[in-house]
Amino acid sequence: MGTKEGDARTVARNGRSSTATTAETPASDGTDKADQRRERINHTPGAGTERAAAIEAGRREMLTDNLRNQIKSLAERGLTRPRIGADAVCEALLRQGVEVFFGYPGGVVLPFYDVLGDYPELRHVLVRHEQGGAHAADGYARATGKVGVCLGTSGPGATNLVTGIGNAQLDSVPIVAITGNVVGSLLGKDAFQEIDITGITLPCTKHNYLVREANDIPRVFAEAFHIARTGRPGPVHVDLTKDALMGVCTAEHPEVVDLPGFKPTFEGHPRQIRLFAQEIAKARRPVIVAGHGVLIADATNELRELAEKAQIPVVHTLLGVSAMDETHPLSFGFVGMHGWKHANKLIQSADLLIALGMRFDDRVTGHVPTFAPYARIVHVDIDPAEIGKNVAVEIPIVGDVKRVLVALLPQVAQVDPESRAAYLAEIAEWRAESEKTPWHGSGAWRDGQLSADFVVCKIGEASNHDATIVADVGQNQMWAARYAGFRRPNSHISSGGLGTMGFGLPAAMGAAIGRPDKETWAIVGDGGLQMTVQELMTLVQDHVPVKIALLDNHKLGMVRQWQELVYAGNYHSSHLLGPDWIKLAEAYGVAGFRASTPEEVGPAIAAARAVDGPALVHFEIAEQQNVFPMMPAGKGLSDLLEEQFEEPKQ
Amino acid sequence: MSPNGQMPADQAANSAAPQAPAHTAPPARTMPGHGEVHRHVLVAIVLNKPGVLNRVASLMRARSFNIETLAVSHTDLPEVSRMTLTLRGDDVAVEQAAKQLYRLIDVLKVQDVTSDPTVEHEIALIKVRADDRNRGEVLTLAEMYKAKVVDLAAESLIVEATGTEAEVDALIGLLRGFGIKELVRSGTVVMSRGAGSIEEAVKR
Ligand SMILES: Cc1cc2nc3c(=O)[nH]c(=O)nc-3n(C[C@H](O)[C@H](O)[C@H](O)COP(=O)(O)OP(=O)(O)OC[C@H]3O[C@@H](n4cnc5c(N)ncnc54)[C@H](O)[C@@H]3O)c2cc1C
Ligand SMILES: Cc1ncc(C[n+]2csc(CCOP(=O)(O)OP(=O)(O)O)c2C)c(N)n1
Ligand SMILES: [Mg+2]
Repeated sequence: MGTKEGDARTVARNGRSSTATTAETPASDGTDKADQRRERINHTPGAGTERAAAIEAGRREMLTDNLRNQIKSLAERGLTRPRIGADAVCEALLRQGVEVFFGYPGGVVLPFYDVLGDYPELRHVLVRHEQGGAHAADGYARATGKVGVCLGTSGPGATNLVTGIGNAQLDSVPIVAITGNVVGSLLGKDAFQEIDITGITLPCTKHNYLVREANDIPRVFAEAFHIARTGRPGPVHVDLTKDALMGVCTAEHPEVVDLPGFKPTFEGHPRQIRLFAQEIAKARRPVIVAGHGVLIADATNELRELAEKAQIPVVHTLLGVSAMDETHPLSFGFVGMHGWKHANKLIQSADLLIALGMRFDDRVTGHVPTFAPYARIVHVDIDPAEIGKNVAVEIPIVGDVKRVLVALLPQVAQVDPESRAAYLAEIAEWRAESEKTPWHGSGAWRDGQLSADFVVCKIGEASNHDATIVADVGQNQMWAARYAGFRRPNSHISSGGLGTMGFGLPAAMGAAIGRPDKETWAIVGDGGLQMTVQELMTLVQDHVPVKIALLDNHKLGMVRQWQELVYAGNYHSSHLLGPDWIKLAEAYGVAGFRASTPEEVGPAIAAARAVDGPALVHFEIAEQQNVFPMMPAGKGLSDLLEEQFEEPKQ
Repeated sequence: MSPNGQMPADQAANSAAPQAPAHTAPPARTMPGHGEVHRHVLVAIVLNKPGVLNRVASLMRARSFNIETLAVSHTDLPEVSRMTLTLRGDDVAVEQAAKQLYRLIDVLKVQDVTSDPTVEHEIALIKVRADDRNRGEVLTLAEMYKAKVVDLAAESLIVEATGTEAEVDALIGLLRGFGIKELVRSGTVVMSRGAGSIEEAVKR
């Protein structure tokens, strides 16, 4: 937006807090160096000024629902040039309610950037690497439930997006990824920066398009957004040739999309829903496994109603975390390879397993023949292909989990909590046992070294369990999911299916932009942060107040854990150096804080929270701490490895 | 024992020790896709657009479904094409293949016609070594299989055979004795018997 305002310099909205902290805060020692630095690099046109505020207000105004269909024409914008494909792209984005997208320019998309300034309602965030753009779109989508959008140029710009597209595919996240391509006449000629990107994204998107005609743009974008968000969500990739972007476009935007081959089933079959209710009535030890689909369907209220009405304990998949408030007496944490032991025991002893919007990933089931050995299974999923794919089930129900639960609830009898008292008491006992660790709460792992679970726990508490917490991948991800404590739907964001290191920081950026009303924390490892650390600069340039909790064990911790437990301590290539993180953060203009002991944790978190802008806290955690329990590969949910406790030394 | 004394592997066992619940438990949970393997015939009606064949082939490869034959053609509706796939797998695996095909936006309908009454045919062109001495024998065989000779040269001839995969297999087996110089098969196409039409089901 507004390249025309390029020279507007602003005062950094800084505010290094002077909050007293015992944590080391190197650059806050009186010098204004960092502030000056931030001021200098703060070249977002007009940001922080009244002018920018007015534009922002106008932008939001323009995006209210009733105005969405009245997007100004070029003439209304006072422009006399012809409408080209690139204009149609901008109009389409606006019609779809896109208010922000994440992109990176290059040769073939320059026609698009040439007109983008004429659409100040569209906020463009210039990322530092296209992978970051795709993850940001993903984080934005998960935090808001809307479609995230990212854009890259042809060739390397497009291939850089692929990891993020694959991530969205495996986790069913609605994004539209836009790429440019060489002019149509050069396609297939190995032209400069030409790559068969639709060939590359074909197996890792829900659908993709190659558009060679400006007049196809309105239809393709209407379809792309519809496909991305409808039914089981997923990424859609639109590749536009340069001449499609530059060509005159006379086509109107369609009001409805016509896709005869895309008709998801939303309503569950009434007969199956009746059977579902009968199963609940018969069951003595029922358990609900709430997956990502519950969050996608916005069915968290219905989930809670069902749990309460029939007194059924709820466990989650990793991506289902935050579907039910963890302080609710019937909510019992997540299951699977690194899930809670009591939650896994619940599954292994259940007589009825109610799987809602989850896909029986192998990290959830372990060795399938020993999974839930006593349970009949009801599986509700919107994607028929998920039913019976990994686990044979007794009662399959294809449909949107919200609508299925709404239809089911009246058929479920109110269960007296007394009648489940023994069952619930048993689970409570398991829970008390599995949540007990000698250091959890004390803050110190062995020999006073900082314990990662303690750090995560404190972040959850400090943010009142209301922040959006975005994990990276590895041990940090498991600690985040286990110990932060999630109460609000979609407050937990994690790369589950692809397990993409480097996801955390850019996804948190997208989440923070999508939910500016919520505090956003990225919980990342030292390995993962080094994969996408350049997005720190985007946080600064675009004023995105993400707080980064770096759990630094100087290790590819999850790899080290496997090497310790499975490869007899052969620690090849799992030790890695990192930069001086505080200096690095400062170099980017991000406030940096450090905590190396349990005592420093609280003040460092407080200091980071007090910064009006992005901040990084470098937590120097124990190097050899592992995530337990752990289900070894090829084993089942009853074969968990557990931590061997030692008396904490003080 | 691990370096930091955390976890001996023999400590691994740690059972959830559930009591068997009151109602009848299902037998050990089965993993889908490990049943008896059969040949299946699927018919897919797909949009007649560039790239659709690629999408189908890519999906089958990515999900390790074993396609044996694939025949693609126009239909009477200009906007749709028809694919006939034969593949091997157990019932659940093939059902999974069909469901995965449905996920493709350009696929309109998929039907497993393996156990339906159908007319099933493929065509084969077989160039066989044959000269004055044994041409007669080849011709007799071809006739027995209702195949036609469509090209004749001094030292070879081309037999055009149609029939089910098994019938064509049988004829090829017999002709092999003479020496097959070249062989091409179209892959199976099928159509359900009776008045029902998969194409009509697609028309809206
Ligand atoms: C290091 C690491 C460790 C991990 N450890 C664990 C672990 O211990 N435990 C664990 O659970 N996971 C773990 N995972 C994550 C795991 O790989 C999977 O990503 C996760 O289990 C998938 O959860 P899900 O099935 O709920 O979500 P998804 O994979 O997102 O699936 C969502 C399902 O919901 C369906 N759906 C979507 N919308 C709707 C709707 N409206 N109505 C109905 N259904 C809908 C979809 O069709 C799909 O089947 C780990 C990942 C990593 C990287
Ligand atoms: C892009 C990518 N490469 C490799 C891996 C394999 N992997 C999973 S966890 C992990 C270690 C992560 O180390 P770090 O980011 O420091 O997190 P920690 O486990 O130490 O918390 C690795 C290498 C991956 N998931 N993603
Ligand atoms: Mg690490």
